[in-house]
Amino acid sequence: MCAVLAGSMLLSAAGCGGGRETLNVFNWGDYIDPQVIKDFEREYNIKVVYEEFDTNEDMYVKIDKGSGKYDIAVPSDYMIRRMANEGMLIPIDWSKITNYGNIEDRFKNLPYDERNQYSVPYMWGTVGILYNTAMVDEEVDSWDILWDAKYEKKIFMINSMRDSIGITLKRLGYSLNTKNEGEIMAARDALLEQKPLVLSYVGDEMKDKMIGEEAALAVFWSGDAAYCMSYNEDLDYVIPKEGSNIWVDAMVIPKTAQNIEAAHLFIDYMCRTEVGLANVEYIEYASPMWSVREQLPEELTEDIAFYPGEDDLEGSEVFEDLSDTLAIYDRVWTEVLAR
Amino acid sequence: MKRNWSLYPYVIWMVLFTIVPILMVFYYSITAGEGGFNLTLSHYARVFEPLYLTVIWRSIRLALISTAVCFLMGYPVAMILANSPEKQQFSLIVLFVVPMWMNFLARTYAWMSLLETNGVVNMILGLFGIRPIAMLYTSGAVVLGMVYNYLPFMVFPIYTVLRKLDPSLVEAAEDLGANPARTFLRVIFPLSLPGVLSGITMVFMPSVTTFAISQLLGGGQFTLIGNLIEQQYLRTYDWGFGSALSIILMVIILISMGLISRSDAYGEGGGLL
Repeated sequence: MCAVLAGSMLLSAAGCGGGRETLNVFNWGDYIDPQVIKDFEREYNIKVVYEEFDTNEDMYVKIDKGSGKYDIAVPSDYMIRRMANEGMLIPIDWSKITNYGNIEDRFKNLPYDERNQYSVPYMWGTVGILYNTAMVDEEVDSWDILWDAKYEKKIFMINSMRDSIGITLKRLGYSLNTKNEGEIMAARDALLEQKPLVLSYVGDEMKDKMIGEEAALAVFWSGDAAYCMSYNEDLDYVIPKEGSNIWVDAMVIPKTAQNIEAAHLFIDYMCRTEVGLANVEYIEYASPMWSVREQLPEELTEDIAFYPGEDDLEGSEVFEDLSDTLAIYDRVWTEVLAR
Repeated sequence: MKRNWSLYPYVIWMVLFTIVPILMVFYYSITAGEGGFNLTLSHYARVFEPLYLTVIWRSIRLALISTAVCFLMGYPVAMILANSPEKQQFSLIVLFVVPMWMNFLARTYAWMSLLETNGVVNMILGLFGIRPIAMLYTSGAVVLGMVYNYLPFMVFPIYTVLRKLDPSLVEAAEDLGANPARTFLRVIFPLSLPGVLSGITMVFMPSVTTFAISQLLGGGQFTLIGNLIEQQYLRTYDWGFGSALSIILMVIILISMGLISRSDAYGEGGGLL
């Protein structure tokens, strides 16, 4: 019995194709142009097994517990730091990433990977407020509006611990990487005070709901906001004046990788200009590749909501790994949701 | 006595996928985090903080309401099914089962688009000049999701018992001058209790443990114990606390099953359990 079970597990792990190499990719939901994967499979004769996750934390648990053996994962900044610290990543062999020059210099050597050992940026963006101009009369420029009782049950919050607590800290004028317990507790109180106004704490389904005008205001990642705006003209996106979070999602090779060679091929492939362009056009996030940016229409790359310059992001921060303080954040978020 | 070899695969299956996991959950619940073997009861202590007791109470309350609604709706349906002609019975049962051929999550997602502010239900109400009502992300939506998904688990055990009921008993009651209400209360209902009890168990258990329904239809506003456990395992990575919650949940279920089987005075078990 056991032998049969183990046997079938091995078979499925090896893939069912007749000896064709496989590459296991673990990426965010809705975060790639599917054609890009097909083209890669054809060009290199490698079968791509593609799986999706919802939050960095989900991904981390799956890789850490070894339940998924992925050759490529696409975590965000602070999670890359954490995984690197815990020895979960394999350094990238840069001689194999010939297209790395396409990446803008300002996305290299960022604090989460200071010496550029482990990660190649895939997409970047901000967290802001997506709002429906037909339902909100005033100018939206501050996180305060999410605490305005006028919009009771017309507010979507994001079911993501770092983002929700992060923007609350920003609203209160603190760093979103704070390790000061008093500041974190102030954020908790603010979130509890806000809870009666919130319609729902949601994930990816928020996109359809905002397009369908189920709510007036929502905390959104910039690229998803751009996607919604292309479906509903009344929607607009703003990065509040108190500052926000700048995030970078980057490709890494986890320690559990089985096909490191193919992982490098994939990363290099994803850094090609035409591939980057296809992905940006499909998922509408901002690319860290200058060669892609050059080919995009100017009205897009000059829109500071989606391609903010360094000046526009003053006061905004990149998430850092919280190490031991993380437990307090976790607890606060559990409390906010459970209340 | 000769052993029945065909039982072995089942025993191995039970050990591998039921006993071992429960022991692992129990182990996580009494040990503290990383760094060796540290016995602790702190996870259990945390379960009894007022905040989490509120969540447990909320789960039990919503599950009880759903079970009650399922019973009130399910019993008449089971009776109608059991009393209809043989041929009709089959097609009625098929009608009842058809929605279950679809994936449970897909059905729950469908309710989301029915209930939302600009959804189908409000659109129909709008035709009669009724302003949109907030239905999604309310506790009512969560109960609706539970009732919708688990109603068949109430109907079928009751139906099975009612169908096997000896009609001569009902006739005897009538011959002795009992009116229909009395016949029902004194003869039919008591005889159908085993079915009712297994129906109650089979609706209450999935309702009190669900996390998908409350996440999708409650939108994180009505955190149930299932959501809390999911969050500890998948998001905040606190397996100790998540395991303690799971153990407590198992205890709640065991207690409620114990209560139910005690009241099963006929000792016949249900139609399905």
